[in-house]
Amino acid sequence: MKISSVEDLKKIREKASVLLSPREEGDKQDSSACCGLEKGTAHMQILTCGGTGCKASQSHLIAENFKKLIAEHKLESKLEVITTGCFGFCEKGPIVKIIPDNTFYTQVKPDDVEEIFTEHILGGRRVEKLLYADPKTNKFVSDSKHMDFYRKQVRIALRNCGMIDPENIEEYIARDGYFALASCLLDRKPEAVVEEIKKSGLRGRGGGGFPTGMKWEIAAKNKADEKYVVCNADEGDPGAFMDRSIMEGDPHSIVEAMEICGYATGASNGLVYIRAEYPLAVERLKIAIKQARERGLLGKNVLGTDFSFDIDIRYGAGAFVCGEETALIHSMEGKRGEPTLKPPFPAESGYNGKPTNVNNVETFANIPIIITKGADWFASIGSEKSKGTKVFALAGKINNVGLIEVPMGTTLREVIFDIGGGIKGGKKFKAVQTGGPSGGCLTEKHLDTPIDFDTLTAAGSMMGSGGMIVMDEDNCMVSVARFYLDFIVEESCGKCTPCRIGNKRMYEILDKITAGNGTVEDLNKLKTLAGVIKDTALCGLGQTSPNPVLSTLSNFYDEYLEHVKDKKCRAKECKSLLTYLINPEKCVGCHLCAINCPADAIEGSPRKPHVILFSKCIKCGMCMSRCKFKAISVR
Amino acid sequence: MEHKNISLIIDNHKVVVPEDTTILDAAKSIGINIPTLCHMHLKGTCADNHPASCRVCVVEVKGRRNLAPACSTKCADGMEVKTSSIRVIRARKTVIELMLSDHPNECLSCPKSGKCELQAVTQHLSINETPFSGELSLRKKEMTASIVRNMDKCIYCRRCETMCNVYQSVGALGAVGRGFNTTIAPTFDRMLKDTDCTYCGQCVAVCPVGALTERTYTDQLIDDLENPDKVVIVQVAPAVRVALGEEFGNAPGTIVTGKLVSALKDVGFDYVFDTDFSADATIMEEGSELLDRLSKFLSGDKKVPIPLMTSCCPAWVNFYEHNFPDLLHIPSTARSPQQMFGAIAKTYWAEKMQISRDKLVVVSVMPCVAKKFECQRPEFSTNKNPDVDYSITTRELATLIRRANINFDALPKMEFDNPLGESTGAAAIFGSTGGVLEAALRTAYEIYTKKPLPKIDFEDVRGMDSVRSATIDLNGFALNVAIAYGLGNARKLMEEIRAGKCKYHVIEIMACPGGCIGGGGQPLHHGDFEIIKARQKAIYEEDRNMPIRKSHENSSVIKMYEEFFGKPLSEKAHELLHTHYSDKTIKY
Repeated sequence: MKISSVEDLKKIREKASVLLSPREEGDKQDSSACCGLEKGTAHMQILTCGGTGCKASQSHLIAENFKKLIAEHKLESKLEVITTGCFGFCEKGPIVKIIPDNTFYTQVKPDDVEEIFTEHILGGRRVEKLLYADPKTNKFVSDSKHMDFYRKQVRIALRNCGMIDPENIEEYIARDGYFALASCLLDRKPEAVVEEIKKSGLRGRGGGGFPTGMKWEIAAKNKADEKYVVCNADEGDPGAFMDRSIMEGDPHSIVEAMEICGYATGASNGLVYIRAEYPLAVERLKIAIKQARERGLLGKNVLGTDFSFDIDIRYGAGAFVCGEETALIHSMEGKRGEPTLKPPFPAESGYNGKPTNVNNVETFANIPIIITKGADWFASIGSEKSKGTKVFALAGKINNVGLIEVPMGTTLREVIFDIGGGIKGGKKFKAVQTGGPSGGCLTEKHLDTPIDFDTLTAAGSMMGSGGMIVMDEDNCMVSVARFYLDFIVEESCGKCTPCRIGNKRMYEILDKITAGNGTVEDLNKLKTLAGVIKDTALCGLGQTSPNPVLSTLSNFYDEYLEHVKDKKCRAKECKSLLTYLINPEKCVGCHLCAINCPADAIEGSPRKPHVILFSKCIKCGMCMSRCKFKAISVR
Repeated sequence: MEHKNISLIIDNHKVVVPEDTTILDAAKSIGINIPTLCHMHLKGTCADNHPASCRVCVVEVKGRRNLAPACSTKCADGMEVKTSSIRVIRARKTVIELMLSDHPNECLSCPKSGKCELQAVTQHLSINETPFSGELSLRKKEMTASIVRNMDKCIYCRRCETMCNVYQSVGALGAVGRGFNTTIAPTFDRMLKDTDCTYCGQCVAVCPVGALTERTYTDQLIDDLENPDKVVIVQVAPAVRVALGEEFGNAPGTIVTGKLVSALKDVGFDYVFDTDFSADATIMEEGSELLDRLSKFLSGDKKVPIPLMTSCCPAWVNFYEHNFPDLLHIPSTARSPQQMFGAIAKTYWAEKMQISRDKLVVVSVMPCVAKKFECQRPEFSTNKNPDVDYSITTRELATLIRRANINFDALPKMEFDNPLGESTGAAAIFGSTGGVLEAALRTAYEIYTKKPLPKIDFEDVRGMDSVRSATIDLNGFALNVAIAYGLGNARKLMEEIRAGKCKYHVIEIMACPGGCIGGGGQPLHHGDFEIIKARQKAIYEEDRNMPIRKSHENSSVIKMYEEFFGKPLSEKAHELLHTHYSDKTIKY
């Protein structure tokens, strides 16, 4: 059915709300009582996570198994299985959520379905072994809103992820979807839309943090026969997956936002540049585009107005640099994906030389709700210069790995220790890397820094797209810098000298240091190189690529010095700097270490203390792992 | 559009420049030369390379977070620029040091030594050490008939890419791979010989370092000159004599014909002849072909191929054989002057002199690197003995003169040997864009109208615009002519022809900027188009100074037809002075 008025939209919203409102209620209200059909609950919904992470753990089989049981019991009228987008708590996935009692099951396996079905769905008794146990209290928490992981989160961009069926446009409409578009097309002038976004204070979530409204304004002012709106879905930061999750969990919000942007800037062509490694996101996006077209919400004369807009998908081959907007545009044009100097900015001369507005997925995901709830509402969230929320992908040595969304201004401590649940295995926090490979490493002293675009930059890191990798005492910071430089060297497009050769040389110096051959002079060279690369590289990738080196040099200089002067790696990560020793007092001469040594580096007569020959030792640690008497230590 | 002036401060000097001026140009206007490497703009052509990628020209702009590339940053009103602060110098020096850390640094034996722009910037910044070292990027080497690629030396300025893609529209060279191992190469890092490369040599002409150079034949030449059993003769192309002087410190546009002849005799050539002689012969053949086609066309023959396109430029010949196999009947079948000379020398002249073909070595001095490929085409040899044995460039000749320790400035002026040294002003202008067409018009007009030309100079077809057109009145018939240089422009014209939308009767194409005077074998212009313009001026001066200025009045050529070929387009002329084309499309 074509939707040609707000009335039509309202009708659909009303219809779909029947299914949506119990889910929304569950998020607002507390109901500790467990529901079950045998207890008289009239209708229940089973939400299973359909994000890539949970799918990899067979969440699709979970949904199938539920459906099979429902069919066997002929309970189709009372039960609904809905595959949603990502819930965010990926550490505990696959997730299954039962509505209306809002029970949040974690690490569910397809084999657990039967038990959930019999016990909970039918019997009204929660399956405790699948509930989340609070690590602090060891008590089960059945409702996600009481979990530390969710308590401090404010989900705006992720508002529909884990809430709706992303392949069902009606569920999106039930969440006020396309009402923002309708409001723009029917009640607002394009300039008013731009003004609203400007007023909201929304800044680009892809890394740059450029004010979105201002970007739109420039694109709107440039007159041209054709203009383009591009959604940058070339998420490339290692460990970051917020854009993927949004596209998988709430693709219509991107479609709607791109249309709003098209209306505001005077563009009628939309292009999504998405990496081909995101097949599920591509599929969901395609479905969303198709559904929107069928309903008259995309294409010619949207909602019966004069406004026409359509969206096409372009695939990226997974080059990190194509996240840079000029490189992205060249890649879409079929050219080599490498940045060109700005100006001209894409807003003046972008895709095919036409004014082009490029925004990132997460930025777009914020647009419809800003229109619906108003700029003032959005601007009331966040810090002074960074409004709204930010999605972070928590990863590394942290208990609660996953996708979180917090208001700008939340401190690193809250994110890492409250939401993230602290460091794995009770180890000591050492650093957190924000902003992806070109971000910096922040330390203990930055933990109480409120996170926003400017504070992170001031601290020597950056927001980036929101990757957050936590490191503990076992991470060697020189190796960390070397790891990121390795990535950068791999991903540099090779165009400008400092990035092409400079980063390679920095990597080589770091490699030399971790191999135990570094000198103090090398540290000075690193500093010079890092400074010059930052100052002279052509694009954002190159200009920020020295950040891991600069931030570790400034925050962990002692560790560098230890590597080059004392030839020591305190985290024991740099193998070349390790020395394995046999304590003659503990060694019983069992010879087990010698048998297992792949390098024949251990000598000794039976029942006499053995010795490791340093000249032959390859520092694999095999001896230490095999010794039953704890006689071998590493220094 | 009227340009507004803006004012800014560069190194404490106030500068007023038109809007849209780059910092580089603004600084130049007050005598501050900011070093550059990747930047190159042949002003007036589409050969504009400013990737802003080498980062040598970085400057400090007040209020800007990082340094700005002067070559592509536009001036803004009130801007404050420092072109040589400590920060800038450190950055520039580090950038060059980085380049040197991935460079073979074999300067002593590099063919570009002394003319290398990387070497010049290194000296300018007094870099005496190479603090950075490490892995060298692995890149290919290749030697074709014309071009040598030694990509280890590439600094990735991408000037060659701009010439090959934007200017020539050939697309044989582009960036391949990424990161440290990025290289400029044909698609999929193939060999150049397996591509649509036309060997125009514009990549060689603009390469700032020794990554792209011409294949040199000087050593072979020295061996031949030394061999008492060989008769070694040389032909010199018209564009060489207006450029060679630059190699010896003369101002661009200095005509050094007489000294050039002296030098070649000193070097040891047995006979020093002139390609201008065969250029006159080319006009006899091509002009006759034009008149033949025109008369058929005017008598209503719909099948006659119109327009006629010139075929002197070997890069252009390669270009249409690779790209327009369906239009091979359009260009003239006349061989280029180089090849006509070779064929004449090894038949007509050799018979006259009673020198056997295998003893005779024909060398050409050309402004061009594609000529090296052309003379190796199998159709231009008899029993595997090529008509032209090999071709050397203007630059190679200069090297040879220097190696022979000849004081070029002090040489006396000498005349070409005869008969293959007599030429006209019409042949002299072959070296410039528009020259071949004008030469053809001088002859065709007089033969067609049977009247002497009222004015020898066809000013309408001259100039430096890359595409020009004119209408010539031939006894009431309006002959539409067009001239283009740059294969990108040629491509557009060919596409018009293919689409049946071409209104011209004759078209002259030359691949290089300004024609042969801007050829890939000429002294390096380092991006200064004014040098090429000066050469063009000299070409027309050379023409004006000639006593005879129409090809059909060349007495030696007339005599040759009487003695040997009979008349233009005769059977013998067809055999020795014409060629055929074939489909050389590359399947990828």
